Amino acid sequence: MQIRLANTQFQRLLTKALMLLLLGGCSVEPWVKPYERQNFADPIMSADRNPVSSSYMHHVYQAREGARGAEGGAGGGCGCN
Amino acid sequence: MAQEAAVVVTKLRLQTLFCGLLSVVVSTTTLAAILPEERADVMYHLYDGGGMTIDGTSLLVRKNVADTYSFSANSYVDKVSSASIDVIASGASEYSEQRDEYSLTGTYLQGSMLLNGGYTSSSENDYDAETLYFNVDQGFFGDLTTFSMGYSRGSDDVMQNGNDAFADTIDRQNYRFGLSQILTPNLMMGLHYEAVTEEGYLNNPYRSYRFLTNPLDINAGFQTATEVYPRTRTSDAATLSASYYFDYRASLKFEYRYYTDDWDIKANNYQITYTHTFGENWIVDIKYRAYQQDQAYFYSDLFSFASLDEKDFRARDKELSEFSTQTFGIGISYQIPYFKGGKYIDKSTINLQWDHIQFDYDNFRDITQNAAVGEEPLYSFDADVIRFYFSIWY
Amino acid sequence: MKTLMLSLLLIVSTASHAAMSKVTAPDFTLKSNIGKNLRLSEYRGQVVLINFWASWCGPCRQEMPVLDELHQSYEALGFSVLGINVDKKSEAADKLLKDIPVSFPILYDNSNAASELFNVDAMPYTILVDRDGKMRYLHRGYKRGYEDKYREQIKALIRE
Repeated sequence: MQIRLANTQFQRLLTKALMLLLLGGCSVEPWVKPYERQNFADPIMSADRNPVSSSYMHHVYQAREGARGAEGGAGGGCGCN
Repeated sequence: MAQEAAVVVTKLRLQTLFCGLLSVVVSTTTLAAILPEERADVMYHLYDGGGMTIDGTSLLVRKNVADTYSFSANSYVDKVSSASIDVIASGASEYSEQRDEYSLTGTYLQGSMLLNGGYTSSSENDYDAETLYFNVDQGFFGDLTTFSMGYSRGSDDVMQNGNDAFADTIDRQNYRFGLSQILTPNLMMGLHYEAVTEEGYLNNPYRSYRFLTNPLDINAGFQTATEVYPRTRTSDAATLSASYYFDYRASLKFEYRYYTDDWDIKANNYQITYTHTFGENWIVDIKYRAYQQDQAYFYSDLFSFASLDEKDFRARDKELSEFSTQTFGIGISYQIPYFKGGKYIDKSTINLQWDHIQFDYDNFRDITQNAAVGEEPLYSFDADVIRFYFSIWY
Repeated sequence: MKTLMLSLLLIVSTASHAAMSKVTAPDFTLKSNIGKNLRLSEYRGQVVLINFWASWCGPCRQEMPVLDELHQSYEALGFSVLGINVDKKSEAADKLLKDIPVSFPILYDNSNAASELFNVDAMPYTILVDRDGKMRYLHRGYKRGYEDKYREQIKALIRE
């Protein structure tokens, strides 16, 4: 099945951003050293401290709002109709 | 005011609520190179608003093997009692029903690459859905950057209670790309994109639109007929996010999403969450979210003419109208000291979260109110969503 | 879509395995889990595998049993693994060690002084030091199979 993206602007922008990052980043030394990353390991910085609860809230919104996607969820799409 | 009832229905099921699937949240892990933690959660959830009460329980169990594989199983039950505006407006009586869902996921870690896959199945008496998904997260540049890609494939069976002749399907595909970037030891940002494309029966066999009996005379009242929808829908959404860590052990998260689809719906929302810790055992979250959308091009609260054929689209689903929502949320989490660092249980928490959501519709009217046709008050309602759960890590 | 895929293939990663020109390893003294401070120069005469690890790093966890096996196999021949934990607070590290106990010494680099000396730019970060205290091999990250390289290099350095 062909994807027909509603807005190919998105696709172009994303490709450009990615290429810039990847090409520019090839020679980059990590400016935040691996041993300086402790803060991100703290559960309060986690994108998903409570997966069951946040999964449920995504469902609550997706069932009642027209928008869907890119919520930080990455699983089964909601078959809302 | 003449109002012809549509086909007699035993209930008006808001299939909008029973999307085939709960969106399985695979955490976009801030650090690609680690398996999710082993844990078990039991949650009671309650949604109360707009004439609907939905509650139920959810269970999650996760187990890791050799620090390389991670497996999880999740079950989810929704029990619905609904006397929502769509139910009352159609003349149907309050109904009850139940939806059951379960999911299984597997994760594999190798170096700075995380591979993820899962299956979800959901069923209720007139809607079945299945989804299969895959994700890859890969760390680059000393893991400062994580690139993720994902694909989901869904297949739904749509049925209608009281009408065995009706059966249709929906075929769905999701494509996801994302980038997470650590900028400073305290700040991380992300950009995520998701395209969703669907084909099949996208409306609700129980829901109707209304049209004027006489387009030249609004006082002649209106009639209703089953909605007519396109058989395809393709959408794009992109979210920009940022998380900032305060050294006194608190965090601020911000998220902005822009959405657009080929039904002409444009939407955006943003969310701010502040998380504060008190000592070792207490965590409090405060959240605000605002959402706003434009209507689908074939939506109207009151049409002048009935649909002429299956390409002459008509919708009166408030989810496709022009509206906005606001959410105020608070959450409290308490780590139970007795279970900390034990032989079998590493950590245990008890949690309560409450969100209050206000829905305000700009062009959907509450036709249960007595008023002239087309001048009924605009609809709005509030809902409370409560999650009460107990988690253990082992 | 195609350009997107192609751009992904352009990624060049920093070398995972490297031979180092025989520079003397910087010396350091760190608190350890065997009751006393340990100093790298005290290990002159032995082959040492220095492994920098963090509690929040998945491949580091996977590597622990592997390093323990190497330590136990070659200790008698004049070899030691030194695990240097880079967490700022040792709590999470100790919890990991409870789940995955190891027999080699663990050093705590809470202030990241040693990490900076060695220019740690990946996690885990493994350096093989020969009997004269010179750095010989470097490995960034861990994937199943790296232990075979470690074994080869350790045996070669022991025989020197």
